[in-house]
Amino acid sequence: MNYQIETKNLNVYYHNNNALKNINIKIPAKQLTAVIGPSGCGKTTLLKSFNRLLEIQEDVKISGQIIVDGENILDRKASEVPDIRKKMGLLSQKPYPLPMSIYENVAYGLRIHHDKTEDELDQSVEQCLQEAGLWNEVKDRLDDPASRLSLGQQQRLCLARAIAVKPEVLLCDEPTSALDPISAQQIEKLLLKLKKDYTVILVTHTLRQAKRVADYVIFLYFGEVVEEGPADEVFNHPKHPQTKAYLDGEIG
Amino acid sequence: MDKRKLRDLIGTKLMLMVVLFISSIFFLIFILLFYKSTLVLERTSIIDVLFSSTWNPDYGQFGLAPVIVGTMLVTGIALIIAIPISLLSAIYIAEYAPKRIRRILRPFIDVLAGVPSVVYGLCAFLILVPLVKEVIAPWFGVQSTGLCIFTAAIALSVMVFPIIISLCIESFDAIPIALKEASLSVGATKWETIKKVVFRASAPSVIAAILLGFGRAFGETIAVNMVIGNMFNQIPSSLFQPGQTLASLIASKYGELMSIPLHESALMLVALILFVVVLLFNLAGLLILRRAKKRWKY
Amino acid sequence: MNRRIIEENVFRFLMIASLCIVIGSLVIIFGLVAVNGISSLSIEMVTKTPSPDNPLGGGILNAIVGSLLLALPATCFASIIGIGIALYLQSDFLHPGISNFIRFMLDVLWGVPSIVYGIFCFTIMIYLGMGASILVGMVALTLLEVPIITRCMDEAIKMVPIGLKEGAYSLGSTKFETAVRVVQKQAFPGILAGILLGLGRGIGDAASILFTAGFSNRIPTSIFDSTAALPTMIFNLFSLPSGQPKAYAAAFILLVIVVIISVCSRLLTRKFRQNVIK
Repeated sequence: MNYQIETKNLNVYYHNNNALKNINIKIPAKQLTAVIGPSGCGKTTLLKSFNRLLEIQEDVKISGQIIVDGENILDRKASEVPDIRKKMGLLSQKPYPLPMSIYENVAYGLRIHHDKTEDELDQSVEQCLQEAGLWNEVKDRLDDPASRLSLGQQQRLCLARAIAVKPEVLLCDEPTSALDPISAQQIEKLLLKLKKDYTVILVTHTLRQAKRVADYVIFLYFGEVVEEGPADEVFNHPKHPQTKAYLDGEIG
Repeated sequence: MDKRKLRDLIGTKLMLMVVLFISSIFFLIFILLFYKSTLVLERTSIIDVLFSSTWNPDYGQFGLAPVIVGTMLVTGIALIIAIPISLLSAIYIAEYAPKRIRRILRPFIDVLAGVPSVVYGLCAFLILVPLVKEVIAPWFGVQSTGLCIFTAAIALSVMVFPIIISLCIESFDAIPIALKEASLSVGATKWETIKKVVFRASAPSVIAAILLGFGRAFGETIAVNMVIGNMFNQIPSSLFQPGQTLASLIASKYGELMSIPLHESALMLVALILFVVVLLFNLAGLLILRRAKKRWKY
Repeated sequence: MNRRIIEENVFRFLMIASLCIVIGSLVIIFGLVAVNGISSLSIEMVTKTPSPDNPLGGGILNAIVGSLLLALPATCFASIIGIGIALYLQSDFLHPGISNFIRFMLDVLWGVPSIVYGIFCFTIMIYLGMGASILVGMVALTLLEVPIITRCMDEAIKMVPIGLKEGAYSLGSTKFETAVRVVQKQAFPGILAGILLGLGRGIGDAASILFTAGFSNRIPTSIFDSTAALPTMIFNLFSLPSGQPKAYAAAFILLVIVVIISVCSRLLTRKFRQNVIK
């Protein structure tokens, strides 16, 4: 199995509180990895450490290694961080469209990296909106403010925005928890489709969702990795008693 | 009647009375200024008042053109200086400064906002006036007493800093961090995020802050009066000449002109102009904010 | 990528430069006033009034007392009026359209230059046949402070979570009782901040009391007396070299008062924030 991301002794401290303790995991490439565990156990922290988004907050200390495609991203200088982040798209819990039109939201990342001409931009925007399953609903109103979309549409827009810069990894932080069931289902279907081309890391606290979509599972409990492995193994034959307790609904 | 209900009734009626009182003050001021201005407007046309430069009260001539130009120059220059400096400072304090420095800077700005106009005027008189006279004006090849439009504009810009800065910091702080994360996660730098996202999201509040700063600059009476030279017989041809603004004019001339109804009326007209301009700018600010809130829900 | 980094660094530099200008201005103002003010400050300066034969000699006690007699009562009245308006502006009492219109009026009144209040009161004063006095000056300051205090209180009250009010109502509280007992306590830090802001503004304002409070070399004995005040004293004396010591002393005292108000505001709001429910 080819691993896209690997962590070695990753420790994250929030205000001197050890939020992530000695994390040693490997994320397989081009598969959907679900990070499960009860609320507040560090799942989001783990996700945001991968694209070094944790550092924008104060009082955060990170030690250890995060190896992406062979090199430790924690070693890179601050000026190179935007390029690291470009490789990892982020989908948050609550959709946050940028204060611009629908078109500009998707084109945002493209414009920053100065890659394309206006025609190429048009093409890319359409392509991304198609991949996110949003094109047909917005093709006639690309210049409308993004805030006018429904919550489910906004989340798909955020997805389109994330894949516009052609990341390799998609970091998804409970992307369906704020959505109604139909929109949630749409996002799940999209993730299943996208995992063929991207490495998807999905944080979820709904076990049923994890069972539906995951290829690989990491169980995080109070900042420590209790168990990891292929989905089939972890869900059906958990090795650790705590994993079994969580799966049975006894804890969390 | 039950004691509680009685208390409730009296209390509510008292509050209502107080509200009516303040509303009536608003209209009373407007009506009084308007009424008192009519006298001078019967003698001279509004066009003459606004566009002529002849100020000859004894002959009923009240040309305000130099004063209006002076006001526009002083306010305009003050804003041109204050807006970029304030915005950049606010961005730094809100987005770049480490927490410890922020904690010291915020009170500084608040204190700066509380300094009374007279003190600004005093400092401007003691530092800026000689500075302009000895250094800045000669540098431009001009002679000046230091009491001029330029000095007033600089003093005003310093007075406007804290207003714009503190309002902008508040609105930058109100931007949810997840929005900034959304921008950073596609590979934008911090500055690009601020430029393209934070600014856009807080644009209506920033505009409101600038309008408020304008209001302060436009209406500032005392500090301007102390350093502008109080001359308005002709439209100023250089920034280093003495001038006059609408608000400062009232302070200068009220003493000598209030005994004669016609002269008093002229100053009332000036006060009316001030009132109306403040009213219009507040209205503009309100409409901008309302329209912006409809388009972007943040 | 390089271009983007260079742009960011250029703007970082500009930001710090701007901040230095702002902080620098503050330092210059305080430095100037402090250095000159302290040297002009003496026991005589703050405990004596100007001597009758030499108005530029003696002290500025008349101005100090005058300022306090003008600003403190004005702030009290303005606060009482303000809290009444601010509480009544809640949606429970008034149609939102009306209360928004009143807020608009208050905003305009806040933005109106203080000299307009001076003229307004002066005109009424003449009409009523009164002379410049503490009474008229106090009224002018009250009018000046009401919009400031009211809007600050209003903003504080707006932030009271609606759940708090609903809780009180469902216990059988009337609107008035809820307003006075619950809302005002929750919003108290903001209300206090508003009052202190108004006080600071009132004590430092010169334009509104320029014609309405008059001038006097003596300490006033009744509210119908004219009085000197710190801001007007500075305004009258600043350009005379022999008047400058007094002007500096007055400016220094004013600045000290402003800083004290600012510090008190922070400390008191922090203290009362403990009772506030988040």
